[in-house]
Amino acid sequence: MGKIVLDHVSYIYNAGTPFEKKALDDVSLSIKANCITGVIGHTGSGKSTMMMLLNGLSAPTSGKILLDGYNINATLKEILPEWLKLPEYANMRKSTAKKEIKAELLKRKKTLCFRVGLVMQYPEYQLFEETVYKDIAYGPKNMGLSDEEIKERVYEAIRFSGLDQSVLQKSPFDLSGGQKRRVAIAGVIAMRPEVLVLDEPAAGLDPRGREQILEEVRNYQKATGSTVIMVSHSMEDMAEYCQNMIVLAHSELIAQGSTQEVFSNVSLLEGTGLDIPQITQLIQCLKARGMDLPDDIYTVDRAAQLLKDLYRKNKGTI
Amino acid sequence: MKSIAFGQYYPTDSPIHKMDPRAKVILTILYIVCTFLCKNVLAFAALLVSAILITLLSKVPLRMVLRSLRPLIVILAFTSLINVFMTKGEHLLTPNWQIPFWGGNVWHIQIYEEGLWNALFMILRIVVLLIGTSILLSYTTTPIALTDALERLMKPLKLIRVPVHDIAMMTTIALRFIPTLMDETRRIMNAQKARGADFTSGGLIRRAKSLLPVLIPLLVSAFNRAYELAAAMECRCYNGGKGKTKLKILHLHFGDIAAVLLIIAFGVGIVFLNRFGFYYTMK
Repeated sequence: MGKIVLDHVSYIYNAGTPFEKKALDDVSLSIKANCITGVIGHTGSGKSTMMMLLNGLSAPTSGKILLDGYNINATLKEILPEWLKLPEYANMRKSTAKKEIKAELLKRKKTLCFRVGLVMQYPEYQLFEETVYKDIAYGPKNMGLSDEEIKERVYEAIRFSGLDQSVLQKSPFDLSGGQKRRVAIAGVIAMRPEVLVLDEPAAGLDPRGREQILEEVRNYQKATGSTVIMVSHSMEDMAEYCQNMIVLAHSELIAQGSTQEVFSNVSLLEGTGLDIPQITQLIQCLKARGMDLPDDIYTVDRAAQLLKDLYRKNKGTI
Repeated sequence: MKSIAFGQYYPTDSPIHKMDPRAKVILTILYIVCTFLCKNVLAFAALLVSAILITLLSKVPLRMVLRSLRPLIVILAFTSLINVFMTKGEHLLTPNWQIPFWGGNVWHIQIYEEGLWNALFMILRIVVLLIGTSILLSYTTTPIALTDALERLMKPLKLIRVPVHDIAMMTTIALRFIPTLMDETRRIMNAQKARGADFTSGGLIRRAKSLLPVLIPLLVSAFNRAYELAAAMECRCYNGGKGKTKLKILHLHFGDIAAVLLIIAFGVGIVFLNRFGFYYTMK
């Protein structure tokens, strides 16, 4: 079972009004722990909506979202009969047990956003404090941590973000766009979430800033071993940085699986308005011309290596 | 916050939607005058019929119109209570109603027939006033068309150096950015909630404080937007209304003039109806 499981999840905006709009339609999927999962889809395919559901900012219209097997939107009524049978509550008086369960449920709801850290699209607009330090400390402070602990986490987060420690005393409004973005991401990382969800972390950055941010996400994942979910509409980025992929189109799930599986199944992606990476397209064209190449090429580096080898091997014959 | 529809514009195709916004502004003002002219049962009956006719003509669903009356319930209840208990007249309906207090004091309840009539008329007046203005303006006119109309109607004020165009432009921009800012507010609130912000618990001061992480980024981005908009307008050589032509030139049609004349006739008719001493006439 995955870290996060979506079980027949649908989400409808403005349900019951003339402005009703379906954003997610019966989506069932599973997200593996301890790796980077990419969510890909066109504008309006329901990606961002799905991300908001993962940390409980909104609740699905129907269906369940399970984090470590626990339904994050469970109501007291739903869980009460089951929980009362659990060993820790079974020996209590029923009214006491009910009170305890209610408190536990409330606690879980409150801590959910710390367990699943969400970095929204263009997160630099959420910065508000006088200094970068205070801004990154906002999340940990809301968790009720001690000052010592907060300090440790802020320094750890700023290290992951690749920024120099000297920015900590600056005002976030004096930073450049890319730096602001990193500070905002650090603000979420500082909560040490089990699952880090990034909605288009590289949107609107130049190619270099893009690569740096994605590289830092990868390093963060490697160093902490946490689960990372990343939304993007760039196939190239997905191919490069994600081990698993989820493809959404028109509010529905099109494909899920390892990056290799998804990209080698080109027919699935057709008609979704999404393309396989350009380099994979090139390889497929070459294959169509009779060259013997493997199916799972989706990064430029690997393709270059492969073609170089091929060239060396066949020197003289071509 | 999602459920707050901005403005009340209800897009459909009706004779009232098609009218010139200037005519609608004038109609609204005249209609308000009409509601205040009404003094007796006949006049108010005519007013009520006219309100129903206007609603039907606009094709706005009755449910929506009634929903806009909901916030008024408190005011209506308050005014009618005051009218019922405070109006003194000739026909006392409650000759012997008394409420005893401690110490032998007694409170005499005095409700006069005139008070009941007054309360009824006041309720009718307020309800029709609101229905009339919302149907004639907010439900059937886009905010942009409305500011455009106001700019044209206020044009004579230019003679006494009132910057009419600038006022209209400012209003248009302000209206245009309300939905954008609401969207932004929602986004920032979500972002801070994702970092564990809690906007709903705690006392008044704590709650106000918890809104700071939303208000500061909102203000910053609003200022940025304003600068960007100003720059964009300057890049396109905007220099006020001088010599600027309109994309949509307003045309008064026969129907618009006819409607204005009709409502004037309606007002005259109401004054005429007021002369009949039917049941009770308001002072």
